[in-house]
Amino acid sequence: MTSALIFEQTLNGLQHGLMLFLMAAGLTLIFGIMNMINLAHGSLYMAGAYVTATAAAASGSFAIGVVTGMVAAGITGAALEWLALRKLYARDHLDQVLATFGVILTFNELTKIIWGAQALFMSAPDWLSGTVEIIPGVPYPAYRLFIIGVGLGVAVLLRHLIVKTRLGMLIRAGATNREMVGALGVDIDRLYTVVFGIGAMLAGLAGAMAGPVLAIEVGMGERILILTFVVIIIGGIGSVRGALVGALLVGMVDTFGRAFMPLIMRAFLEPAAADSVGASVSSVSIYILMAIVLIVRPRGLFQAYGN
Amino acid sequence: MTDAVLEVRDLSKAFGAVQASDRLSFSVAPGQVHALIGPNGAGKSTAIAQISGELSPDSGQIMFEGRDITSLPTYQRARGGMQRSYQITSLFQDLTVEDNVAMAIQAQQGHSFRFWGAARKASVLREPANDALARVGLQAKAAHVVTALSHGEQRQLEIAMVLATKPRLLLLDEPMAGMGQSESRAMMEILRPLKGSVGVLLVEHDMDVVFSLADVVSVLVKGTVLMTGTPDEVRRDSRVRSAYLGDEG
Amino acid sequence: MSRRTLVHLIGLAVLLCLPVLADLSGEPFLVNVSSRVLIYALAAVSLDLILGYGAMVSFGHGAFFGIGAYVVGILTHHAFNAEDIPFLPGDWVGTTMALVQWPLAIIVSGVFALVIGALSLRTRGVYFIMITLAFAQMLYYFMISLPNYGGEDGLNLWERSTLGPLDLYDEWTFYYVCLIALLGFLFLTRRIVTSRFGMVIRGCQQNETRMRALGFPTYRYKLTAFVIAGMGAGLAGALAANHTEFVGPGLMHWTRSGEIMVMVILGGMGTLFGPVLGAATLLVMEEVLIHYTEHWMVILGPFLLFVVLFARRGIYGWLVGGEKHDD
Repeated sequence: MTSALIFEQTLNGLQHGLMLFLMAAGLTLIFGIMNMINLAHGSLYMAGAYVTATAAAASGSFAIGVVTGMVAAGITGAALEWLALRKLYARDHLDQVLATFGVILTFNELTKIIWGAQALFMSAPDWLSGTVEIIPGVPYPAYRLFIIGVGLGVAVLLRHLIVKTRLGMLIRAGATNREMVGALGVDIDRLYTVVFGIGAMLAGLAGAMAGPVLAIEVGMGERILILTFVVIIIGGIGSVRGALVGALLVGMVDTFGRAFMPLIMRAFLEPAAADSVGASVSSVSIYILMAIVLIVRPRGLFQAYGN
Repeated sequence: MTDAVLEVRDLSKAFGAVQASDRLSFSVAPGQVHALIGPNGAGKSTAIAQISGELSPDSGQIMFEGRDITSLPTYQRARGGMQRSYQITSLFQDLTVEDNVAMAIQAQQGHSFRFWGAARKASVLREPANDALARVGLQAKAAHVVTALSHGEQRQLEIAMVLATKPRLLLLDEPMAGMGQSESRAMMEILRPLKGSVGVLLVEHDMDVVFSLADVVSVLVKGTVLMTGTPDEVRRDSRVRSAYLGDEG
Repeated sequence: MSRRTLVHLIGLAVLLCLPVLADLSGEPFLVNVSSRVLIYALAAVSLDLILGYGAMVSFGHGAFFGIGAYVVGILTHHAFNAEDIPFLPGDWVGTTMALVQWPLAIIVSGVFALVIGALSLRTRGVYFIMITLAFAQMLYYFMISLPNYGGEDGLNLWERSTLGPLDLYDEWTFYYVCLIALLGFLFLTRRIVTSRFGMVIRGCQQNETRMRALGFPTYRYKLTAFVIAGMGAGLAGALAANHTEFVGPGLMHWTRSGEIMVMVILGGMGTLFGPVLGAATLLVMEEVLIHYTEHWMVILGPFLLFVVLFARRGIYGWLVGGEKHDD
């Protein structure tokens, strides 16, 4: 029974981590290349979730919903970059924080106006609603396996994009040496918009995937945003590989902490106290992980970006 | 050589494949102006940054007045009597000229966990600050904000700050950078009186300045010392001519 | 008299007379709103010390505000139930005395600021912003995970703090207590920023590399400033708990940190008095807008974006004219 539980929690952790990776990959590139801190990344995730739920309900097709959600988030992101955020690249981080804080407030309120304050719920499509027995006797929800598959697929695609394509070459160059990209005679403005759009689409995809697993509500964006920050701090700014490693670490530690910390505490405390202490410890476990990484390597596990 | 104010032994530092310092060794005697010259990329600024503690060497030793300071943090080296100036002017732009110098003096006067008295009214900071400004001819601009100074004046302020701390070793990274002829000459007159009283490690591209100020010149090529000698010896050396002076045309 | 002195005097006069003005206007609830302004102004001034003078963009200042509030809430909770405080030795059952509660709130906030600051100040730039935000969020989730202290629902404060013969339930008394706290802190921070310590902090803001080259161990000074700022926010939190007679995790939510930061920028950072104006403007704007639409944030959000893009000097700079810093 315990090994089955561990197996199940490992898959949960993997799924949680890969969702975080979808967010972290875009955000870390925006940090690394534009030197921009974008708090509104979570809003794009939220937009992806809401649009997916609405489009899926209207069309009756989950796939159409997801694609619509992704495209909507991508377009919103690119438009946002083009209208407002690109004016902030040259500003200091404080300005970026404040301006994108304003963007979050606006998006959250607009969402309330359009969709109302009530949370939306969305179910997985029929073909993914069952369970799969990967190991005999341990049924696991097919939809969560699907998320794992999508996450791994995106990781492979991103790797291909970054290592094999011209765009990827520019992204790598941009993350290590911004001046050099300009010297190559590349249209920097367009590169920025494209990177921002890719990041936004990934955030939208994460939101779309989250729909059937979480409640779709205002504030969901910021919850995952702050987790994503923890991922990036651990992984190192600008590094997609760091984002993957950090995301998986955070996903696993968070999931295992919640599942097992109360059980571990029961070895030392009476059950009621163990449950409450366990819950407290697990709620801060990823931040403790972050603090440890900070003490050992203040600039994250993978350092991509020079200064 | 044990009485040298600064002694650098076998300093090595690599950035990836680039060997910025390669078993670099030299020493500066008390009161002596020792110039480091060499083509761009020879590792002059990297050497200064390692001596001041802003970069840590991969290997090697730095001795200051006979003490091994290789692993000391920057601020302790500065408090111990070693001061540096920067090639690219490095000041407190929004503070006044006098504040900038007073800050340098404050750094030498014990800790600054003093929360109550107004720093601008402390005569133990202000008086020596104004003396130092007088030495470089900036006393009339004491109350100006740094951004209101010309480039040459900012360079002078940079020197006033390090002089105000009464250092025993000065690391000057291209003090004449970006200066016109007359500004350069004025700066030379500020630096000349230091000869004989303060050990100076001078990195400078302007050969007129180097040959007129320096007691000893070391030629750096690819992170290591090609030769050391008096200005005359260096001027005559054929290796130096081909490695460096020749490029100057 | 300089324009700056004039602005300060008018500001002081308005603060001293506000309750009277509120009474005359026939809207006595305005005294309550004004107390809230003072409390947030105190938090904003404390943030300005590190943000405006030390260039430490802390996005977790709400955490210290929340800790100060929780110290008061928890002490009152135990005093009310005559219940031992579990994580302290002995059998102290808490207290409602302000002279114990408030200093404790300040000290505990300071200790948390010391730990969080010691870790966060190892980094700079974007990392520092994200890390302070993450630690604040950690405390937020930590308080939610404590069912004894109300978890997600928070704690009702059964009784406001007791402060000698003063009746803190009286709106006027409470207002003037808050005002004394704010003016006292303003005086203190004013001394600090002009002291030798303050010069070091300002030097670090402008050129930390040079500060180290001059001989300053900058980390210690920045950490000390971070702790002082955390303590100021802790005092504000202790007052806030009394003001709303409630403490909850919402006090340390990240949007709170964001709001405090907005107050500093809106009023003018690096000016100390500016954040007071910023707090007043933001909270009054909120009070007014909420009359017109429940979706007032849809106006506030773009307004913020506008302020950042086009009006960085803040209200104080606009009133006083002249240079950036209040020297």
